[in-house]
Amino acid sequence: MSRAWLSIEGIARRYGDRPVFRDVWFGVERGEFVALIGHSGCGKTTILNILAGLEAPDAGSIVMDGKEVSGPALDRAVIFQSHALLPWLTAQGNVAFAVRSRHRDWPKARVQEQARRVLDLVGLGDATGRKPAELSGGMKQRVGIARALAVNPALLLMDEPFSALDALTRGTLQDEVLRLVAGGQQTAFMITHDVDEAILLADRILLMTNGPDARVAEVVVNTLPRPRDRQTIHRTPGHYALRNHIVDFLVTRSRALAGTRPPGWDGRHVPEVRPADLLIKETAA
Amino acid sequence: MPIRLRSTALLVLILAVFLGSWQIAATPSTVAGPAMDPEYAKLLGAAAQQGQQTPMPRPSDIAARAWHHLKDPFYIRGTNDQGLGIQLGWSLLRVTVGFGLAALLAIPLGFLIGMSPVLNGAFDPIIQVLRPVSPLAWMPLALYTIKDSGISAIFVIFICAIWPMLLNTAFGVASVRKEWLNVARTLEAGPWRTAFTVILPAAAPTIMTGARISIGIAWLVIVAAEMLVGGTGIGYFVWNQWNNLNIADIVVAILVIGLVGMALDQLLGRAAQAISWRD
Repeated sequence: MSRAWLSIEGIARRYGDRPVFRDVWFGVERGEFVALIGHSGCGKTTILNILAGLEAPDAGSIVMDGKEVSGPALDRAVIFQSHALLPWLTAQGNVAFAVRSRHRDWPKARVQEQARRVLDLVGLGDATGRKPAELSGGMKQRVGIARALAVNPALLLMDEPFSALDALTRGTLQDEVLRLVAGGQQTAFMITHDVDEAILLADRILLMTNGPDARVAEVVVNTLPRPRDRQTIHRTPGHYALRNHIVDFLVTRSRALAGTRPPGWDGRHVPEVRPADLLIKETAA
Repeated sequence: MPIRLRSTALLVLILAVFLGSWQIAATPSTVAGPAMDPEYAKLLGAAAQQGQQTPMPRPSDIAARAWHHLKDPFYIRGTNDQGLGIQLGWSLLRVTVGFGLAALLAIPLGFLIGMSPVLNGAFDPIIQVLRPVSPLAWMPLALYTIKDSGISAIFVIFICAIWPMLLNTAFGVASVRKEWLNVARTLEAGPWRTAFTVILPAAAPTIMTGARISIGIAWLVIVAAEMLVGGTGIGYFVWNQWNNLNIADIVVAILVIGLVGMALDQLLGRAAQAISWRD
Protein backbone atom coordinates (compact mmCIF):
# COMPACT_ATOMS: atom_id res chain seq x y z
CA MET A 1 0.00 0.00 0.00
CA SER A 2 1.48 3.31 -1.00
CA ARG A 3 1.67 6.00 1.59
CA ALA A 4 -0.31 9.23 1.25
CA TRP A 5 1.65 12.51 1.14
CA LEU A 6 0.57 13.15 4.71
CA SER A 7 0.04 9.91 6.55
CA ILE A 8 -1.43 9.61 10.03
CA GLU A 9 -0.48 6.17 11.26
CA GLY A 10 -2.27 4.68 14.22
CA ILE A 11 -2.08 7.65 16.56
CA ALA A 12 -3.61 7.48 20.03
CA ARG A 13 -4.01 9.71 23.02
CA ARG A 14 -4.65 8.40 26.52
CA TYR A 15 -5.89 10.20 29.57
CA GLY A 16 -4.55 8.12 32.43
CA ASP A 17 -5.21 4.61 31.14
CA ARG A 18 -8.41 5.54 29.31
CA PRO A 19 -7.95 6.16 25.62
CA VAL A 20 -9.40 9.45 24.33
CA PHE A 21 -8.95 8.12 20.82
CA ARG A 22 -6.82 5.36 19.36
CA ASP A 23 -5.95 3.56 16.19
CA VAL A 24 -6.56 6.65 14.04
CA TRP A 25 -5.27 6.24 10.51
CA PHE A 26 -5.87 8.48 7.54
CA GLY A 27 -4.02 10.11 4.72
CA VAL A 28 -4.11 13.47 3.01
CA GLU A 29 -2.91 13.89 -0.57
CA ARG A 30 -1.15 16.97 -1.90
CA GLY A 31 -3.62 19.72 -2.75
CA GLU A 32 -6.43 17.97 -0.91
CA PHE A 33 -8.70 19.65 1.64
CA VAL A 34 -9.71 17.27 4.44
CA ALA A 35 -12.12 18.14 7.24
CA LEU A 36 -12.61 16.28 10.50
CA ILE A 37 -16.01 16.49 12.16
CA GLY A 38 -16.90 15.31 15.62
CA HIS A 39 -18.43 16.38 18.88
CA SER A 40 -16.51 18.08 21.67
CA GLY A 41 -14.37 15.71 23.69
CA CYS A 42 -13.53 13.27 20.91
CA GLY A 43 -9.99 14.65 20.79
CA LYS A 44 -10.14 16.42 17.45
CA THR A 45 -8.15 19.43 18.62
CA THR A 46 -5.55 17.04 20.00
CA ILE A 47 -5.29 15.41 16.56
CA LEU A 48 -4.70 18.82 15.00
CA ASN A 49 -2.10 19.69 17.63
CA ILE A 50 -0.33 16.42 16.94
CA LEU A 51 -0.31 17.22 13.21
CA ALA A 52 1.07 20.67 14.05
CA GLY A 53 3.74 19.07 16.21
CA LEU A 54 2.58 20.96 19.29
CA GLU A 55 1.76 17.70 21.06
CA ALA A 56 3.15 14.22 20.73
CA PRO A 57 0.84 11.22 20.33
CA ASP A 58 0.95 8.48 22.96
CA ALA A 59 1.21 5.94 20.16
CA GLY A 60 1.59 6.00 16.40
CA SER A 61 3.26 8.54 14.19
CA ILE A 62 2.76 11.13 11.49
CA VAL A 63 4.71 10.98 8.24
CA MET A 64 4.69 13.96 5.93
CA ASP A 65 6.35 13.85 2.52
CA GLY A 66 8.37 10.82 3.64
CA LYS A 67 9.64 12.39 6.86
CA GLU A 68 8.36 11.77 10.36
CA VAL A 69 6.81 14.77 12.07
CA SER A 70 8.49 15.53 15.38
CA GLY A 71 7.71 18.98 16.66
CA PRO A 72 6.39 22.15 15.05
CA ALA A 73 7.87 23.44 11.83
CA LEU A 74 7.27 26.15 9.27
CA ASP A 75 5.96 23.69 6.67
CA ARG A 76 2.81 23.31 8.80
CA ALA A 77 1.00 26.55 9.63
CA VAL A 78 -1.90 26.73 12.08
CA ILE A 79 -4.94 28.99 12.04
CA PHE A 80 -5.96 28.98 15.68
CA GLN A 81 -9.55 28.97 16.89
CA SER A 82 -8.90 31.97 19.14
CA HIS A 83 -6.90 33.72 16.38
CA ALA A 84 -3.96 33.93 18.86
CA LEU A 85 -2.70 37.26 17.55
CA LEU A 86 -0.04 39.02 19.60
CA PRO A 87 -2.03 41.99 20.96
CA TRP A 88 0.96 44.35 21.29
CA LEU A 89 1.73 44.10 17.57
CA THR A 90 -0.25 45.66 14.74
CA ALA A 91 -1.94 43.50 12.11
CA GLN A 92 1.09 44.01 9.91
CA GLY A 93 3.45 43.30 12.81
CA ASN A 94 1.73 39.98 13.45
CA VAL A 95 2.07 38.93 9.82
CA ALA A 96 5.63 40.26 9.64
CA PHE A 97 6.48 38.04 12.61
CA ALA A 98 5.63 35.05 10.42
CA VAL A 99 7.33 36.44 7.31
CA ARG A 100 10.53 36.96 9.29
CA SER A 101 10.41 33.34 10.37
CA ARG A 102 10.25 32.14 6.78
CA HIS A 103 12.75 34.61 5.35
CA ARG A 104 15.36 35.15 8.02
CA ASP A 105 17.79 36.81 5.62
CA TRP A 106 15.36 39.41 4.28
CA PRO A 107 15.93 43.06 5.19
CA LYS A 108 13.27 44.70 7.37
CA ALA A 109 11.69 46.72 4.58
CA ARG A 110 11.17 43.63 2.45
CA VAL A 111 9.61 41.72 5.36
CA GLN A 112 7.17 44.56 6.01
CA GLU A 113 6.30 44.85 2.32
CA GLN A 114 5.59 41.14 2.10
CA ALA A 115 3.42 41.37 5.24
CA ARG A 116 1.42 44.18 3.64
CA ARG A 117 1.04 42.14 0.48
CA VAL A 118 -0.35 39.12 2.34
CA LEU A 119 -2.74 41.33 4.34
CA ASP A 120 -3.92 42.79 1.04
CA LEU A 121 -4.63 39.26 -0.14
CA VAL A 122 -7.08 38.68 2.73
CA GLY A 123 -8.72 42.08 2.20
CA LEU A 124 -7.09 43.91 5.11
CA GLY A 125 -4.95 46.32 3.11
CA ASP A 126 -6.47 49.27 4.98
CA ALA A 127 -6.07 47.89 8.49
CA THR A 128 -2.35 47.12 8.51
CA GLY A 129 -1.55 49.62 11.28
CA ARG A 130 -4.30 48.56 13.66
CA LYS A 131 -3.80 46.51 16.79
CA PRO A 132 -5.91 43.36 17.26
CA ALA A 133 -8.02 45.10 19.93
CA GLU A 134 -9.08 47.60 17.27
CA LEU A 135 -10.19 44.89 14.84
CA SER A 136 -13.50 43.02 14.69
CA GLY A 137 -13.57 39.28 15.30
CA GLY A 138 -13.70 38.55 11.60
CA MET A 139 -10.83 40.90 10.83
CA LYS A 140 -8.72 39.32 13.57
CA GLN A 141 -9.24 35.91 12.05
CA ARG A 142 -8.34 37.32 8.62
CA VAL A 143 -5.03 38.41 10.14
CA GLY A 144 -4.71 34.89 11.54
CA ILE A 145 -5.24 33.48 8.05
CA ALA A 146 -2.73 35.95 6.59
CA ARG A 147 -0.16 35.01 9.22
CA ALA A 148 -0.57 31.33 8.39
CA LEU A 149 -0.39 31.88 4.63
CA ALA A 150 2.63 34.19 4.99
CA VAL A 151 4.99 31.27 5.56
CA ASN A 152 3.81 29.44 2.39
CA PRO A 153 3.09 26.28 4.37
CA ALA A 154 2.99 22.92 2.68
CA LEU A 155 0.12 22.04 5.00
CA LEU A 156 -2.41 24.46 6.44
CA LEU A 157 -4.05 23.37 9.69
CA MET A 158 -7.28 24.97 10.88
CA ASP A 159 -8.71 24.43 14.33
CA GLU A 160 -12.39 25.40 14.18
CA PRO A 161 -11.21 28.73 12.79
CA PHE A 162 -14.61 30.37 12.49
CA SER A 163 -16.52 28.88 15.41
CA ALA A 164 -16.15 32.04 17.51
CA LEU A 165 -17.62 34.28 14.80
CA ASP A 166 -21.19 35.28 14.05
CA ALA A 167 -22.93 33.53 11.16
CA LEU A 168 -22.56 36.36 8.64
CA THR A 169 -18.85 36.88 9.27
CA ARG A 170 -18.33 33.14 9.26
CA GLY A 171 -19.89 32.95 5.80
CA THR A 172 -17.64 35.62 4.31
CA LEU A 173 -14.55 34.07 5.84
CA GLN A 174 -15.50 30.66 4.49
CA ASP A 175 -15.71 32.27 1.07
CA GLU A 176 -12.26 33.71 1.67
CA VAL A 177 -10.84 30.30 2.55
CA LEU A 178 -12.63 28.80 -0.43
CA ARG A 179 -10.93 31.39 -2.66
CA LEU A 180 -7.46 31.19 -1.09
CA VAL A 181 -7.14 27.59 -0.03
CA ALA A 182 -9.66 25.20 -1.45
CA GLY A 183 -8.66 25.79 -5.06
CA GLY A 184 -6.55 22.64 -5.18
CA GLN A 185 -3.17 24.33 -4.69
CA GLN A 186 -2.99 24.34 -0.90
CA THR A 187 -3.13 21.17 1.15
CA ALA A 188 -5.31 21.77 4.17
CA PHE A 189 -6.70 19.96 7.18
CA MET A 190 -9.55 21.46 9.14
CA ILE A 191 -11.29 20.64 12.40
CA THR A 192 -14.88 21.76 12.49
CA HIS A 193 -18.29 20.99 13.86
CA ASP A 194 -20.06 22.96 11.17
CA VAL A 195 -21.51 20.53 8.60
CA ASP A 196 -22.09 23.17 5.92
CA GLU A 197 -18.58 24.49 6.32
CA ALA A 198 -17.16 21.01 5.77
CA ILE A 199 -19.36 20.41 2.72
CA LEU A 200 -18.42 23.75 1.19
CA LEU A 201 -14.68 23.42 1.69
CA ALA A 202 -13.59 19.81 1.97
CA ASP A 203 -12.79 17.10 -0.53
CA ARG A 204 -13.11 14.45 2.14
CA ILE A 205 -14.81 14.60 5.52
CA LEU A 206 -13.70 12.33 8.36
CA LEU A 207 -16.46 11.48 10.81
CA MET A 208 -15.32 10.86 14.35
CA THR A 209 -17.33 9.07 17.03
CA ASN A 210 -17.79 10.51 20.49
CA GLY A 211 -15.13 9.89 23.11
CA PRO A 212 -13.80 8.25 25.15
CA ASP A 213 -12.08 5.70 22.93
CA ALA A 214 -13.11 7.67 19.86
CA ARG A 215 -12.22 6.61 16.32
CA VAL A 216 -12.63 7.81 12.78
CA ALA A 217 -15.69 5.76 11.88
CA GLU A 218 -16.21 6.79 8.31
CA VAL A 219 -14.70 8.81 5.50
CA VAL A 220 -17.24 10.76 3.51
CA VAL A 221 -16.05 11.66 0.03
CA ASN A 222 -17.46 14.99 -0.99
CA THR A 223 -18.14 14.56 -4.68
CA LEU A 224 -19.93 17.88 -5.12
CA PRO A 225 -18.28 19.59 -8.09
CA ARG A 226 -15.93 22.55 -7.76
CA PRO A 227 -15.97 25.47 -7.98
CA ARG A 228 -18.50 25.59 -5.17
CA ASP A 229 -20.51 28.60 -4.18
CA ARG A 230 -21.97 29.09 -0.72
CA GLN A 231 -25.09 30.72 -2.21
CA THR A 232 -25.96 27.87 -4.57
CA ILE A 233 -24.29 24.75 -3.18
CA HIS A 234 -27.46 23.60 -1.40
CA ARG A 235 -29.13 23.27 -4.80
CA THR A 236 -26.39 21.06 -6.20
CA PRO A 237 -27.64 17.49 -6.84
CA GLY A 238 -26.55 15.24 -4.01
CA HIS A 239 -26.04 18.04 -1.51
CA TYR A 240 -29.12 17.02 0.44
CA ALA A 241 -28.08 13.40 0.76
CA LEU A 242 -24.53 14.33 1.69
CA ARG A 243 -25.66 16.79 4.34
CA ASN A 244 -28.24 14.39 5.78
CA HIS A 245 -25.68 11.63 6.00
CA ILE A 246 -23.31 13.79 8.06
CA VAL A 247 -26.05 15.27 10.23
CA ASP A 248 -27.42 11.77 10.92
CA PHE A 249 -23.97 10.70 11.96
CA LEU A 250 -23.55 13.65 14.31
CA VAL A 251 -27.02 13.38 15.82
CA THR A 252 -27.30 9.64 16.37
CA ARG A 253 -24.53 7.41 15.08
CA SER A 254 -21.63 9.32 16.67
CA ARG A 255 -23.15 8.51 20.04
CA ALA A 256 -24.31 5.00 19.20
CA LEU A 257 -20.87 4.08 17.91
CA ALA A 258 -19.02 5.71 20.82
CA GLY A 259 -16.48 3.39 22.40
CA THR A 260 -17.48 0.46 20.17
CA ARG A 261 -15.49 -1.35 17.53
CA PRO A 262 -17.34 -3.68 15.21
CA PRO A 263 -15.85 -7.17 14.84
CA GLY A 264 -13.02 -7.16 12.36
CA TRP A 265 -12.62 -3.40 12.63
CA ASP A 266 -9.42 -2.18 11.03
CA GLY A 267 -8.45 1.43 11.67
CA ARG A 268 -6.30 1.35 8.53
CA HIS A 269 -9.28 0.69 6.29
CA VAL A 270 -12.07 2.97 7.35
CA PRO A 271 -15.22 2.57 5.23
CA GLU A 272 -15.52 5.23 2.58
CA VAL A 273 -18.95 6.50 1.52
CA ARG A 274 -20.14 8.80 -1.25
CA PRO A 275 -23.65 9.84 -0.21
CA ALA A 276 -23.94 12.47 -2.94
CA ASP A 277 -23.14 9.91 -5.67
CA LEU A 278 -25.60 7.36 -4.31
CA LEU A 279 -28.38 9.82 -4.81
CA ILE A 280 -27.34 10.63 -8.34
CA LYS A 281 -27.35 6.92 -9.18
CA GLU A 282 -30.74 6.45 -7.58
CA THR A 283 -32.33 9.27 -9.50
CA ALA A 284 -30.71 8.10 -12.72
CA ALA A 285 -32.12 4.61 -12.24
CA MET B 1 -21.18 71.15 37.18
CA PRO B 2 -18.84 68.43 35.91
CA ILE B 3 -17.60 65.93 38.48
CA ARG B 4 -13.99 67.02 38.09
CA LEU B 5 -14.81 70.62 38.90
CA ARG B 6 -16.90 69.59 41.89
CA SER B 7 -14.06 67.47 43.26
CA THR B 8 -11.62 70.35 42.89
CA ALA B 9 -13.98 72.70 44.66
CA LEU B 10 -14.43 70.22 47.50
CA LEU B 11 -10.67 69.71 47.76
CA VAL B 12 -10.09 73.46 48.03
CA LEU B 13 -12.78 73.67 50.69
CA ILE B 14 -11.32 70.83 52.77
CA LEU B 15 -7.83 72.33 52.56
CA ALA B 16 -9.10 75.78 53.46
CA VAL B 17 -10.99 74.50 56.52
CA PHE B 18 -8.10 72.32 57.66
CA LEU B 19 -5.36 74.91 57.16
CA GLY B 20 -7.55 77.70 58.51
CA SER B 21 -8.35 75.92 61.76
CA TRP B 22 -4.71 74.88 62.07
CA GLN B 23 -3.61 78.47 61.59
CA ILE B 24 -6.03 79.72 64.27
CA ALA B 25 -5.31 76.92 66.72
CA ALA B 26 -1.54 77.28 66.43
CA THR B 27 -1.41 81.06 66.77
CA PRO B 28 -0.14 81.67 70.32
CA SER B 29 -2.12 83.83 72.67
CA THR B 30 -0.17 86.96 73.41
CA VAL B 31 0.10 86.43 77.12
CA ALA B 32 3.60 87.57 78.05
CA GLY B 33 5.70 85.21 80.11
CA PRO B 34 7.62 86.29 83.13
CA ALA B 35 10.02 89.10 82.36
CA MET B 36 13.47 87.92 81.45
CA ASP B 37 16.81 89.49 80.98
CA PRO B 38 16.88 90.18 77.20
CA GLU B 39 20.49 89.03 76.96
CA TYR B 40 19.65 85.72 78.62
CA ALA B 41 16.58 85.36 76.49
CA LYS B 42 18.62 85.82 73.30
CA LEU B 43 20.95 83.11 74.46
CA LEU B 44 18.12 80.65 75.05
CA GLY B 45 16.26 81.27 71.80
CA ALA B 46 12.76 82.31 71.08
CA ALA B 47 10.99 79.31 72.58
CA ALA B 48 12.69 79.49 75.94
CA GLN B 49 12.14 83.21 75.93
CA GLN B 50 8.44 82.64 76.08
CA GLY B 51 8.91 79.97 78.68
CA GLN B 52 7.02 77.45 76.52
CA GLN B 53 7.90 74.42 74.50
CA THR B 54 8.63 74.83 70.81
CA PRO B 55 5.39 76.10 69.28
CA MET B 56 3.65 74.12 66.58
CA PRO B 57 4.34 76.03 63.35
CA ARG B 58 1.36 77.58 61.65
CA PRO B 59 0.67 76.94 57.96
CA SER B 60 1.89 80.45 57.26
CA ASP B 61 5.22 79.68 58.97
CA ILE B 62 5.51 76.47 56.96
CA ALA B 63 4.76 78.30 53.74
CA ALA B 64 7.48 80.81 54.60
CA ARG B 65 9.99 78.00 55.23
CA ALA B 66 8.94 76.25 52.03
CA TRP B 67 9.52 79.45 50.09
CA HIS B 68 12.88 79.82 51.83
CA HIS B 69 13.90 76.32 50.70
CA LEU B 70 12.49 76.56 47.19
CA LYS B 71 14.15 79.91 46.60
CA ASP B 72 17.60 78.41 46.86
CA PRO B 73 17.41 74.60 46.75
CA PHE B 74 20.99 73.84 45.73
CA TYR B 75 23.30 75.62 48.18
CA ILE B 76 25.99 73.86 50.18
CA ARG B 77 27.18 75.54 53.36
CA GLY B 78 29.01 72.81 55.17
CA THR B 79 28.03 69.22 55.81
CA ASN B 80 24.98 69.93 57.92
CA ASP B 81 23.59 72.84 55.94
CA GLN B 82 22.75 71.92 52.36
CA GLY B 83 19.85 72.90 50.13
CA LEU B 84 16.72 70.78 50.03
CA GLY B 85 17.34 70.09 46.34
CA ILE B 86 20.80 68.69 47.10
CA GLN B 87 19.36 66.43 49.81
CA LEU B 88 16.58 65.23 47.50
CA GLY B 89 19.19 64.61 44.81
CA TRP B 90 21.12 62.32 47.13
CA SER B 91 17.98 60.38 48.02
CA LEU B 92 16.93 60.07 44.39
CA LEU B 93 20.42 58.93 43.44
CA ARG B 94 20.37 56.18 46.08
CA VAL B 95 16.88 55.07 45.09
CA THR B 96 17.75 55.06 41.39
CA VAL B 97 20.93 53.05 41.87
CA GLY B 98 19.36 50.59 44.34
CA PHE B 99 16.22 50.20 42.24
CA GLY B 100 18.24 49.87 39.03
CA LEU B 101 20.45 47.14 40.48
CA ALA B 102 17.36 45.37 41.81
CA ALA B 103 15.75 45.49 38.35
CA LEU B 104 18.93 44.19 36.72
CA LEU B 105 18.84 41.14 38.96
CA ALA B 106 15.10 40.67 39.50
CA ILE B 107 13.92 40.76 35.89
CA PRO B 108 16.31 38.16 34.41
CA LEU B 109 16.03 35.96 37.50
CA GLY B 110 12.25 36.32 37.54
CA PHE B 111 12.25 35.35 33.87
CA LEU B 112 14.09 32.11 34.65
CA ILE B 113 11.89 31.37 37.66
CA GLY B 114 8.77 31.99 35.58
CA MET B 115 10.00 29.69 32.81
CA SER B 116 11.11 26.81 35.01
CA PRO B 117 8.88 25.11 37.57
CA VAL B 118 12.03 23.59 39.11
CA LEU B 119 13.63 26.98 39.71
CA ASN B 120 10.29 28.27 40.93
CA GLY B 121 10.07 25.51 43.50
CA ALA B 122 13.66 26.10 44.60
CA PHE B 123 13.43 29.89 44.93
CA ASP B 124 9.94 30.10 46.36
CA PRO B 125 10.87 29.32 49.99
CA ILE B 126 13.79 31.77 49.86
CA ILE B 127 11.57 34.52 48.53
CA GLN B 128 8.77 33.79 50.97
CA VAL B 129 11.11 33.99 53.97
CA LEU B 130 13.10 37.06 52.91
CA ARG B 131 10.28 39.11 51.43
CA PRO B 132 8.48 39.99 54.70
CA VAL B 133 11.74 41.09 56.41
CA SER B 134 11.78 44.83 57.01
CA PRO B 135 14.51 46.22 54.78
CA LEU B 136 15.97 48.11 57.74
CA ALA B 137 16.72 44.82 59.48
CA TRP B 138 19.39 44.31 56.81
CA MET B 139 21.08 47.57 57.75
CA PRO B 140 23.42 46.32 60.49
CA LEU B 141 24.43 43.35 58.35
CA ALA B 142 25.04 45.67 55.42
CA LEU B 143 27.09 48.07 57.54
CA TYR B 144 29.12 45.16 58.91
CA THR B 145 29.87 43.59 55.53
CA ILE B 146 30.03 46.64 53.26
CA LYS B 147 31.53 49.01 55.85
CA ASP B 148 30.31 52.05 53.91
CA SER B 149 27.15 53.72 55.11
CA GLY B 150 26.28 55.23 51.71
CA ILE B 151 26.55 51.90 49.91
CA SER B 152 24.70 50.21 52.78
CA ALA B 153 21.75 52.55 52.21
CA ILE B 154 21.79 51.60 48.52
CA PHE B 155 21.90 47.93 49.48
CA VAL B 156 18.85 48.37 51.69
CA ILE B 157 16.98 49.96 48.77
CA PHE B 158 18.14 47.13 46.54
CA ILE B 159 16.93 44.44 48.92
CA CYS B 160 13.49 46.00 49.41
CA ALA B 161 12.96 46.79 45.71
CA ILE B 162 13.87 43.32 44.48
CA TRP B 163 10.90 41.28 45.76
CA PRO B 164 7.92 42.85 44.01
CA MET B 165 9.80 42.90 40.69
CA LEU B 166 11.02 39.33 41.11
CA LEU B 167 7.59 37.96 42.00
CA ASN B 168 5.76 39.94 39.32
CA THR B 169 8.24 39.03 36.60
CA ALA B 170 8.03 35.34 37.50
CA PHE B 171 4.24 35.49 37.59
CA GLY B 172 3.99 37.46 34.35
CA VAL B 173 6.32 35.10 32.52
CA ALA B 174 4.62 31.99 33.89
CA SER B 175 1.19 33.21 32.82
CA VAL B 176 1.99 34.07 29.20
CA ARG B 177 -0.82 32.53 27.19
CA LYS B 178 -0.05 29.10 25.85
CA GLU B 179 -1.51 29.96 22.45
CA TRP B 180 1.07 32.72 21.97
CA LEU B 181 3.85 30.31 22.81
CA ASN B 182 2.29 27.86 20.36
CA VAL B 183 2.31 30.54 17.68
CA ALA B 184 6.02 31.09 18.33
CA ARG B 185 6.65 27.34 18.18
CA THR B 186 4.78 26.79 14.92
CA LEU B 187 6.68 29.74 13.43
CA GLU B 188 9.98 28.16 14.52
CA ALA B 189 10.98 31.13 16.66
CA GLY B 190 14.03 30.10 18.69
CA PRO B 191 14.26 30.48 22.47
CA TRP B 192 15.83 33.95 22.32
CA ARG B 193 13.41 35.28 19.76
CA THR B 194 10.49 33.84 21.75
CA ALA B 195 11.82 35.33 24.98
CA PHE B 196 12.30 38.84 23.58
CA THR B 197 9.47 39.12 21.08
CA VAL B 198 6.71 37.08 22.73
CA ILE B 199 7.26 36.47 26.44
CA LEU B 200 8.82 39.82 27.35
CA PRO B 201 6.14 42.00 25.70
CA ALA B 202 3.41 39.70 27.02
CA ALA B 203 4.72 39.93 30.59
CA ALA B 204 5.82 43.57 30.39
CA PRO B 205 2.70 45.09 31.98
CA THR B 206 2.94 42.68 34.93
CA ILE B 207 6.67 43.38 35.29
CA MET B 208 5.96 47.10 35.20
CA THR B 209 3.37 46.76 37.96
CA GLY B 210 6.06 45.11 40.07
CA ALA B 211 8.49 47.91 39.27
CA ARG B 212 5.92 50.47 40.31
CA ILE B 213 5.36 48.75 43.66
CA SER B 214 9.14 48.49 44.10
CA ILE B 215 9.85 52.15 43.52
CA GLY B 216 7.08 53.05 45.97
CA ILE B 217 8.62 50.85 48.66
CA ALA B 218 12.11 52.14 47.85
CA TRP B 219 10.97 55.73 48.34
CA LEU B 220 9.34 54.77 51.66
CA VAL B 221 12.48 53.04 52.86
CA ILE B 222 15.06 55.61 51.78
CA VAL B 223 13.82 58.14 54.34
CA ALA B 224 14.19 55.67 57.18
CA ALA B 225 17.54 54.41 55.88
CA GLU B 226 18.96 57.91 55.63
CA MET B 227 17.79 58.71 59.15
CA LEU B 228 19.91 55.76 60.26
CA VAL B 229 23.04 56.27 58.19
CA GLY B 230 22.99 60.08 58.26
CA GLY B 231 25.19 62.42 56.28
CA THR B 232 23.01 63.36 53.34
CA GLY B 233 19.60 62.80 51.87
CA ILE B 234 16.07 63.90 52.59
CA GLY B 235 15.76 61.40 55.45
CA TYR B 236 18.85 62.86 57.07
CA PHE B 237 17.42 66.35 56.49
CA VAL B 238 14.27 65.40 58.44
CA TRP B 239 16.32 63.97 61.29
CA ASN B 240 18.61 66.98 61.32
CA GLN B 241 15.68 69.39 61.53
CA TRP B 242 14.28 67.31 64.38
CA ASN B 243 17.55 67.79 66.20
CA ASN B 244 17.26 71.51 65.44
CA LEU B 245 13.65 71.45 66.65
CA ASN B 246 12.73 73.04 63.35
CA ILE B 247 9.24 71.60 63.02
CA ALA B 248 8.29 73.79 60.06
CA ASP B 249 11.16 72.39 58.00
CA ILE B 250 10.08 68.85 58.88
CA VAL B 251 6.59 69.56 57.55
CA VAL B 252 8.10 71.06 54.38
CA ALA B 253 10.21 67.93 53.96
CA ILE B 254 7.16 65.68 54.46
CA LEU B 255 5.33 67.52 51.70
CA VAL B 256 8.33 67.32 49.39
CA ILE B 257 8.76 63.59 50.06
CA GLY B 258 5.10 63.08 49.20
CA LEU B 259 5.32 65.08 46.01
CA VAL B 260 8.48 63.33 44.82
CA GLY B 261 6.97 59.94 45.64
CA MET B 262 3.92 60.82 43.61
CA ALA B 263 6.10 61.96 40.71
CA LEU B 264 8.08 58.70 40.78
CA ASP B 265 4.87 56.69 40.76
CA GLN B 266 3.45 58.67 37.86
CA LEU B 267 6.69 58.33 35.93
CA LEU B 268 6.46 54.55 36.15
CA GLY B 269 2.73 54.75 35.52
CA ARG B 270 3.47 56.51 32.22
CA ALA B 271 6.04 53.87 31.34
CA ALA B 272 3.51 51.16 32.16
CA GLN B 273 0.97 52.86 29.91
CA ALA B 274 3.46 52.89 27.06
CA ILE B 275 4.07 49.14 27.16
CA SER B 276 0.59 48.00 28.05
CA TRP B 277 -1.56 46.17 25.52
CA ARG B 278 -5.24 45.48 25.23
CA ASP B 279 -6.50 42.11 24.16
